[in-house]
Amino acid sequence: MDNRIRSLKMEHITKRFPGVLASDDISISVGEGEVLALVGENGAGKTTLMNILMGLYQPDEGRILINDQPVRFRGPEDAFKAGLGMVHQTYMLVPNMTVTENVALGYRNTGKKRYDIKEVRKRIEEVSSQYELLVNPDAYIWQLSVGEQQKVELVKTLCLGARFLILDEPTSALTPQEVDELIVLLQRMTKELSIIFISHKLQEVKALSDKVTILRHGKVVFSGNTSEHSPQEIAAKMTGHEIILPRNAGSAKAGATVLSVENAVVMSDRKIPALNGLNLEIRAGEIVGLAGVSGNGQRELAEAINGLRKTESGRIVFLGEDIANCSPREIIDRGMGYIPEERNTEGIVPPFSIKENFVLKDIASPSFSSNGFVNGKKIDSTAEKLVSRFDIRCPGIDTAAGSLSGGNIQKVILAREIERKPKFLVAVYPTRGLDMGAVEFIHSELLKIRESGIGILLISEELDEIMNLSDRIAVIYKGVIQKVLDKNEATRERLGILMAGVKEE
Amino acid sequence: MLDIITNMLSMCIPFSVALLLASLGEMFNQRAGVFNLGCEGVMAMGAFVGMLIPFLAGQGGAVAPVYNVLGFVSAALLGVLFGLFFGVITVTFRAPQGIAGIGLQMFGVGTAGTLFRHFVGGTQSIPGISDIDIPLLSKIPFIGDVFFSHNIVAYLAYILVPVAWYILFKTYWGLKVRAVGTNPRAADSMGINVTRTRYEALALGGALAGLAGAYLSIAQAKMFSDTLISGRGFIAVALVYFGHWHPVQIMGGALLFTFAQTFQTVVQSMGISFPYELAVMLPYVLVIVVLSFTSRNQTTAPTALGKPFNREIRT
Amino acid sequence: MTKGFRIAFRFSIVAIAAIAAILMASVILWMIGADVSDTFYIIIFQPLTNMLHLSEVLIRAIPLCIIALGISVAYRSGIINIGAEGQMAMGLLAFTGVALAFPDVPRPLLLPLAMIASMIGGGVWGFIPGILKAKLNVSELLSTVMLNYIAAQFYSLCLRTIYLDPAEQVYGTGTPQSMRLTENIWLGRISGRLHYGIIIALVLAVLIYILMWKTTIGYKMRASGSGARAARYGGISVGFYLAASMAISGAFAGFAGGVELAGVHRRAIEGITNNYGFSGVVVALFGGLHPFGIIPASFLFGLLIYGSTLAPSQVGVPANIVQVMQGIIIIVIVTAQMVLSNTYFQDRVWRKYQALRKKEG
Repeated sequence: MDNRIRSLKMEHITKRFPGVLASDDISISVGEGEVLALVGENGAGKTTLMNILMGLYQPDEGRILINDQPVRFRGPEDAFKAGLGMVHQTYMLVPNMTVTENVALGYRNTGKKRYDIKEVRKRIEEVSSQYELLVNPDAYIWQLSVGEQQKVELVKTLCLGARFLILDEPTSALTPQEVDELIVLLQRMTKELSIIFISHKLQEVKALSDKVTILRHGKVVFSGNTSEHSPQEIAAKMTGHEIILPRNAGSAKAGATVLSVENAVVMSDRKIPALNGLNLEIRAGEIVGLAGVSGNGQRELAEAINGLRKTESGRIVFLGEDIANCSPREIIDRGMGYIPEERNTEGIVPPFSIKENFVLKDIASPSFSSNGFVNGKKIDSTAEKLVSRFDIRCPGIDTAAGSLSGGNIQKVILAREIERKPKFLVAVYPTRGLDMGAVEFIHSELLKIRESGIGILLISEELDEIMNLSDRIAVIYKGVIQKVLDKNEATRERLGILMAGVKEE
Repeated sequence: MLDIITNMLSMCIPFSVALLLASLGEMFNQRAGVFNLGCEGVMAMGAFVGMLIPFLAGQGGAVAPVYNVLGFVSAALLGVLFGLFFGVITVTFRAPQGIAGIGLQMFGVGTAGTLFRHFVGGTQSIPGISDIDIPLLSKIPFIGDVFFSHNIVAYLAYILVPVAWYILFKTYWGLKVRAVGTNPRAADSMGINVTRTRYEALALGGALAGLAGAYLSIAQAKMFSDTLISGRGFIAVALVYFGHWHPVQIMGGALLFTFAQTFQTVVQSMGISFPYELAVMLPYVLVIVVLSFTSRNQTTAPTALGKPFNREIRT
Repeated sequence: MTKGFRIAFRFSIVAIAAIAAILMASVILWMIGADVSDTFYIIIFQPLTNMLHLSEVLIRAIPLCIIALGISVAYRSGIINIGAEGQMAMGLLAFTGVALAFPDVPRPLLLPLAMIASMIGGGVWGFIPGILKAKLNVSELLSTVMLNYIAAQFYSLCLRTIYLDPAEQVYGTGTPQSMRLTENIWLGRISGRLHYGIIIALVLAVLIYILMWKTTIGYKMRASGSGARAARYGGISVGFYLAASMAISGAFAGFAGGVELAGVHRRAIEGITNNYGFSGVVVALFGGLHPFGIIPASFLFGLLIYGSTLAPSQVGVPANIVQVMQGIIIIVIVTAQMVLSNTYFQDRVWRKYQALRKKEG
C-alpha cells in the first residue's frame, strides 16, 4: 500500500477564540521530503495552526488536503491514521509512567486491536536503533532530562507511524550543542519524512528548512524559499517593523555585594536536592544572568531567595543579613523584588482587579490602609498612575487582571515591583511567551532598574536575552554554579558547553 | 476474651465490604481525575433500591434469591446513572468537583429518603442473604470464622481487589484512566478521548458505589433507614487517599476502619460500660487522624485530580 | 458582542438553570405520585399567606443567614466549610453549658457571656479543619464531615449525661434534653415565635460586608482564596488566613446555635441543628457568597424549609424533599456559574446568533 504523503496543504484556515482571531485565512503547503519552517513571534498563531492540523482544534473555516484529497480530522487519532505526528512544545508525556507505557497510550492508532505492552517495547527498540535515538523503554518520564524527554517524544511519534512530522519549538529547552545534534538528526530524517517546524530562531530556520512561512497576528505575511532570503529579512518580516532589542552597553560600575548565596542546599518537589551547595554573589547595579537548561535548580533558587522554599543548609545573605528560611513577608519588607516564573498564578491573583493586584504586597502598608481599613481612593489613584506610566492596555483599573494578555500581565507585575522601589530584583523568565514589543519594553525597564543602581538576578532560558542584558553570566548545572563569566568572555559555544555540565579546565 | 476478639475479627470482612466496594469505585474516579464526593448519595440510592426490590417481591417475607440479585443489579445500574450524571456536571460543564459532589450527596440522600417514605414507609426488614460456609476451610478454628464463613458478595468483593489492580495496571483501559488523571493534555494529544474515559470511570465508580449501598441494605443491615450510610461514603473517599490510590492498600484501609467500627458493636452487644457515643465516634476520629498523617506529600496523587479538562483553554 | 446580547445570554442561562432545577424536582415528585404544582404551591406560596407562617419562615431564615455568612467568609478564603452542622452543635453545647453553670448571673452579663461561649465552641470546631488544611493539607471537605458526625455524637452524649434534665431522671420520658434554661439568657420576641435574632443577623451581614471588602484582613482572605500561590508570593500567610476564616466561619455557626437556643428552643434538645449547616452552604452559594445576596437567599430557603414541613400533611410529600431540592439547587448553581463564566461558549453562541441574523436580514 502506498501511503506516502506527497503533499499536504492547509487552505484558508480561520479560527477564532474569544476576543482573538488566532488564524486568519492561513494557507500553507508542504511537499514530499520538504522542510517548512513556520516562523513568527509568540502569539502569532503558529501553535494554533498546528493544533488544527493535528485535529486538536476544529477550524471555523478552511480545509486540509493530503495528496490533494480533502481530509477532516476530528481528533489527533484521525491525524495519526493519516500519518501525521507532532512533538508539542510542552512535552505530552505522563510523568509517572514508563516510556513504553507512554508510547502504548497511542498504540491503538496504529490499527492494533490487542494491547500488548511487550510488542510496544520491541517497537520502541527498533525505532530507537533505526534513527539512533537512544532511549530506555523502562525509564519513568520524571527520571529523564529535558533532552531525553524530547527523544522520547520523537520515538513516540515515529512508533505511531508518523510519516509527516510537526515540531513545535523543538530547540527552546536545549543547549546549543543539543540543538546542533537535533538539526543533524532532523536533516537525516528528511530522507524519509516531511517536516513542519515552528521556530522563532532564525539560525535554525536557515540551517534546516527549504521553505519558510511567516505568520504575524494570525495572518501569513510571507511565504518563500529559505535560501533566497537572509535572516535579517525574515526577522524584519516577522515583527513587521524593525525592533532592535536594547543591550546592556554600560560599563560595569557595580557597587557592593547585595545578595550572596553561600553553599545553599534546597530540595525539589520530589524531595531530591535541587541546589547542591550553590554559591553566587550579585552586586548593586549589575545584572547577573543565570544560564542553564531548565530543571537544573533555577526555580528552586528563586523560590529559596524569596522565602517560598525551605533552605536545608547554607546561607542567603541579603544586605548583610541571612534571610534563608525567613518568611516571604520579612523578605519583601527588606526590599526584595520578584518577577515570578508563573505570571498567571504567582504573579497575579487572576480574579482580582488590576488595582487590587497592584497592592498585593502592600495592602497593610500605611500608604494604602489605616487601622486595618483599606484606603480605596489611594489605591485608585496609584493604579491610574501605574497604568499610564507602564502603558498597560486595559479597559480600566477594575478589570480582572487574569483577563489581560500575557504582556500586560507582566507589565502589571513589573509596575508593582518597581513602584515598591526594591533593593534587589529576581526576574524569572521575564519575557517567556511575549511578543517582541513587550520584550523590548521589559528589557529596557530592566536596564533602567540596573542604571538606578539595583542588582538583578535574571533567570532565563533564552541565551540571547541573557547575553544582551547581563554584566556577568553564571551557568547553573545540577544545582551548582559551573562558572561565572564576564559578559565579554561569554560566547554561545562556551555557555553551551558549560550548560551541558562539562567542566572547564 | 478470645471470643470477643474472634467475634470482632469475624465481623471485619463482611462489614468492610461496603467500604471496600465504594472505595474501589472512588479510586477509579480519582485515578481518572474526578473527585466524586457524591459517593455517599449514590450509596444511599443504591441501598434504597437494593432493599426495595426484595421488599416489594416478598412484602417483608422470604424471597427467591433472584430478587436479591435483581436488587444488586438495579443498584449498580442506578449507580452508573448517577456516575454519568456527575460526569455531565463536572466533566462536560466542568463545575468545581468538591461542591458539586456535596450537591450530589444531598440529592442522593434526600431522594433515597423521600422515595423510601413513599414506597416502604417505616422500618421494614428483608430476609437478606445468608452466609456460606466454605467446606473444610470454615471448620478451622478461629481462621474459619474470620475468613471462611461469609456471604457470597463479600467473597466476590474481595476477588475484586486483584481484578481492580489488573484493570488499572495491566489493561489498555487502565492505562487510559491513569493518563487522563495525570496529564489529560498528553492523553488528548495521543488521541484518547478524555471526556469519554472520565465518563467511563465515573460509570464504573458509580456502579461500585451503588453496589456498596445495596450490600449495606441487603446483606448487612437487611433494612433501609435514613442513617444507614452515615458517612461511609465520605470515609470511602478518605480511604482512597489513605490507600494511595492503590487497590491493595485501599483494602487494608477498609479492614482497618471496619475494625474500628466493630468496636461499637462490641460495646453494644457485650454490655461493656463505655459510652456508646464515644465508640461510634471512633472511626470518624480515625479518619481525621489518618488524613492528618497521609495528606501531606502525596506524590502518588493523580496530578489532574479535581481539574476539569478543556482542550481549547491553554494553561 | 453587544451589551444587550450579554444580558440576554446571562438571563437565558439563569432561566434555563431554573427550569432544569424545577424539572428535576418535578421528576422526583412525579415518582412518588404527588401533585407537582400543588406541592410547589404548598412549599413556596402557602407560607406567605399569613403572619404566623411568615414568622416561622423568618425564624428559620435567621440561623440560615448567620451560618451562610460564615460559610461565605470561608468559601471566599478558599475553604469549603460543610461542617457548620457540627460547629452549630458545639455552639449549642457551649451556650447551654454557660446557662446551666451560672443560672443566677444577671442577664446583661450572662447573655453576652453565653453568646461568646457559643462562638468559641463553634469557632474551635471550625478552627480544627482549618488548621489541618493549612498545616497538613487535610481535605476540609472530608474533615468537616467527620467532625459533624463526631459533634453529633458528642451532643447526644452530653444531653444523655451531664446536661440531662434532672426532671427526666425522676419521671422523664427518656428524652435526652436539658432543663429549661434560665430566663436570663432568653432573647426577646417580636411577634409569635419571631425573636430579635433577625436584627442580629442583619447587623452581622453588614459587618461581614465591611470585613471582606473594606479591611486589609478581608483583602488578604479574598486573595488567599482567589489565588493562593500569588497570595503566598505576595507575603500573605495563606495558612493563617485559611485557619482564621474557618474559625470565623465556625464561630458564626456556633453563634447561630446560641441565637437559636436563646430565641426559639430555650433548652438543648435533639434536632435543633435541623440540617441548617448543610442548608447554609446552599444559601451561601445561592446568595452569590455576598452578604447582601445571602439575606434574600436565607429568606427563600427559610421558606423552602418551612414549606416542606407543611408538605407531608397537606400533599403527602415527605419533608426530605427539601434536601432533594437543595441538592439540585447546588448542582444547578455551580453548573450555571461555569456556563456563565465560559467565554468560549458565550463567543460561540454570539457567532451562531449573528449568523442567524445575517440569514434573516
